[in-house]
Amino acid sequence: MLVHIAKRLLLMVPLLLGITLISFVVIHLAPGEPTDLQTQLNPDASAELRERLRAQYDLDKPLLVQYGKWLGRLAHLDFGKSFVQDRRPVAEKIAERLPVTIMINVLSIGLILLVSVPLGIVSAVRRNSLFDRFTTVFVFLGFATPSFWLALLLMDFLGVRLGLFPIAGLKSLGHEYLSFGRQIADVLHHLILPVFVSAFGGLAGFSRYMRGNMLEVIRQDYILTARAKGLSERAVIYRHALRNALLPVITILGLSVPGLIGGSVIFETIFAIPGMGKLFYDGVMMRDYPLIMGVLVIGAVLTLLGNLIADVAYAAADPRIRRG
Amino acid sequence: MRLLWILLLGTILLWGCDHQSVAPAKDGDGDQPPAYGDTLLMGSIGEPSNLLPVLASDSASSDIHGLVYNGLLRYDKNLQVEGDLAEAWEISPDNLTITFHLRKDVRWHDGEPFTAADALFTYRLLIDPQVPTAYAERYRQVVRAEVPDPYTFRVTYAKPLASALVSWMFPVHPKHLLEEGDVTQSPLVRAPVGTGPYRFVEWVPGEKVVLEANPDYYEGKPYIHRVVYRIIPDPSTMFLELRNGGLDLMSLTPLQYVRQTDTPAFRRMFAKYHYPDFSYTYLGFNLRRPLFKDLRVRRALAHAVNKQELVDGVLLGLGVAATGPYKPGSWAYNPDVRRYPYDPDLARRMLEEAGWSDSDGDGIREKNGRRFAFTIVTNQGNDQRIKAGEIIQRRFREVGVEVKLRVIEWASFLKEFINPGNFDATILAWTTVPDPDAYNVWHSSKTGVGELNFVGFKNAEVDRLLENGRRTLDRSERKAVYDRFQEILAEQQPYIFLYVPEALPAVARRFHGIDPAPSGIMYNFIRWYVPRDQQKYQR
Repeated sequence: MLVHIAKRLLLMVPLLLGITLISFVVIHLAPGEPTDLQTQLNPDASAELRERLRAQYDLDKPLLVQYGKWLGRLAHLDFGKSFVQDRRPVAEKIAERLPVTIMINVLSIGLILLVSVPLGIVSAVRRNSLFDRFTTVFVFLGFATPSFWLALLLMDFLGVRLGLFPIAGLKSLGHEYLSFGRQIADVLHHLILPVFVSAFGGLAGFSRYMRGNMLEVIRQDYILTARAKGLSERAVIYRHALRNALLPVITILGLSVPGLIGGSVIFETIFAIPGMGKLFYDGVMMRDYPLIMGVLVIGAVLTLLGNLIADVAYAAADPRIRRG
Repeated sequence: MRLLWILLLGTILLWGCDHQSVAPAKDGDGDQPPAYGDTLLMGSIGEPSNLLPVLASDSASSDIHGLVYNGLLRYDKNLQVEGDLAEAWEISPDNLTITFHLRKDVRWHDGEPFTAADALFTYRLLIDPQVPTAYAERYRQVVRAEVPDPYTFRVTYAKPLASALVSWMFPVHPKHLLEEGDVTQSPLVRAPVGTGPYRFVEWVPGEKVVLEANPDYYEGKPYIHRVVYRIIPDPSTMFLELRNGGLDLMSLTPLQYVRQTDTPAFRRMFAKYHYPDFSYTYLGFNLRRPLFKDLRVRRALAHAVNKQELVDGVLLGLGVAATGPYKPGSWAYNPDVRRYPYDPDLARRMLEEAGWSDSDGDGIREKNGRRFAFTIVTNQGNDQRIKAGEIIQRRFREVGVEVKLRVIEWASFLKEFINPGNFDATILAWTTVPDPDAYNVWHSSKTGVGELNFVGFKNAEVDRLLENGRRTLDRSERKAVYDRFQEILAEQQPYIFLYVPEALPAVARRFHGIDPAPSGIMYNFIRWYVPRDQQKYQR
């Protein structure tokens, strides 16, 4: 097992290099440069200034040289400095945005699990019942609803008209004057709508998945055996069927690890939440290469690690995999 | 930056500092006495990039610079140059030297006195090749900058420069805090220290920037205690926040202004203002294309565009038809230029005369076997330009000209189409500044790749006028130069000047003392106040 893990870890290194090289080339292929904001269509900017700025950012060097320099810095775990005008270290910018995004995504995945697992089980057990059909319609409605549209409707109705929730941001004005307990309550109050909106769209996939697994498991012989033994339906479903049906969830959770730091441009923009999605999007729009690469590297590492952890955890949970 | 022409990047323009002419909806001001206190919440689509003006070039940053820093000079409410940190200035008889006499009662926010050394330092910063600034060009023309005494700053130019004076509106940076080390790494990048009416308090990334009234401001302490810029990237969210009271000031879109704020509840909470904005939208022809080399064709197309229809359809009536590159009502504006009233019949006749006729009866004109068809390109993210393009497309079709409209993402739009001159026609906008120097956009030397005369306009008389205009300091002489310049542009129609939109700010009614003027509403911001009994925020 340990040998297997070590092998997988070693294989990740060339994979990671490949990912960074391709990403680096692709983002440089996109038209536009980080200096454009300052120099394009700006009458005060001369051609000479443009060249000087490009030289300051090393943009005048061949692409491979730029990549080599970047890789050299990365070897010291230095993501470099942002190319936008604040010139801050990329690591600092990412660290600033990461906690919010992780918090929202953990809450949202938690909410999705909390709702969709029971939904999936009940739908499977009472397959084709009225409840099953209703939830099918409901979750697909969630899947099909554009999140920005839902967010705006909820903000207008629950926020502006009924005044139940704050509209945007994570903190009220004067947040810093509140007591600690009130501060937490304030943030939670601001989080309700964004977490709801981001979870709503994810319900469909997960609950369908759960339903499918459950149906699969219920058809197995050992469930028939359990029923034949005369176990109660409760015991059959929750003790024997559910455990097996939950196994694939491990894989899904493993795959959602990179998503944890990804954030969402759409709802972060709408709710004015300073998260990773917006940071990355702005980085792309400004052609802030070091920032883009920083986020991509972290994302790639987490994806690879997430896969590995999922495999290992799966093997640990399911003896059949270990033996096979 | 206020001193620049920056292309309208599209989307929503938050209030700039420069607007003109008056049309307020103001009432209920009463006679309540001014009082100190309260907070004004403003929205900003983008996060400021850098709070050192020399390094920044985005509007979110320059909004904040405007309250934290002062220049040596500034525009007053009527867009006349007046002293700011300089209480007086003299221009030498040969127009080559400007001497600024600085105020002696100004202190930086950290208590250090402001002196001429700071002005000199700012100048050196601007021309330092190590400093990545977009503003160096104008200051390179200075041949000598000196400080004869601690409160006098003198600059000398090799040739007279008309825009020299306004270039000293650039925010003055504190020497004592910046002279050591790399400016790009200075803590002031994120925590500025200026001389302005507001002091920096905090910047929570992605969330807000907070400023507080400077009690020692040389013009007196501003009434409004705090200004908070909330960073709200989505325009719809920003509008919801405004309606919910989470913002006190926001620039509306024409649709919001006309349709979505016309409720008693909104009118009770907010006062709306509208006045011409400092920008114009145009349809520019690529004059290198044989199609548009023919003046008769350009004029015919100008007659085929109904500008009033564009103002009504695109701006919902909140704007005026444009006739040239200057704002109607500004001193350089020349109203007596050739105009092109909407007249499709005349347009058809002119096209016939130019040899374009529909010989095969498909509704599109041809000449020597070539169909009159071209593509208008514009950038993504600006609905108004796309709508204008669609309306123009229909009008051109009516006179037998086939137009395709292509909408392209901003960076590719510049890189692939505008900079290399690889387009037929384009709909774009320029923001304008009170100074009429238009050398970079219209001079024939500026037609290279990536330069601003991307339509390829070349006219010897215009070249001469633009050269003279930027070297002439006398207002009436300059006016004559730019009047002629506008006449030629109107005759030649390298652009069809489409419209000048209006700035449409809405401000919460509890703020009093707002007095719209040619420069907009923000010029007297430090005199805005909220009467004691209407104050909303205690801290």
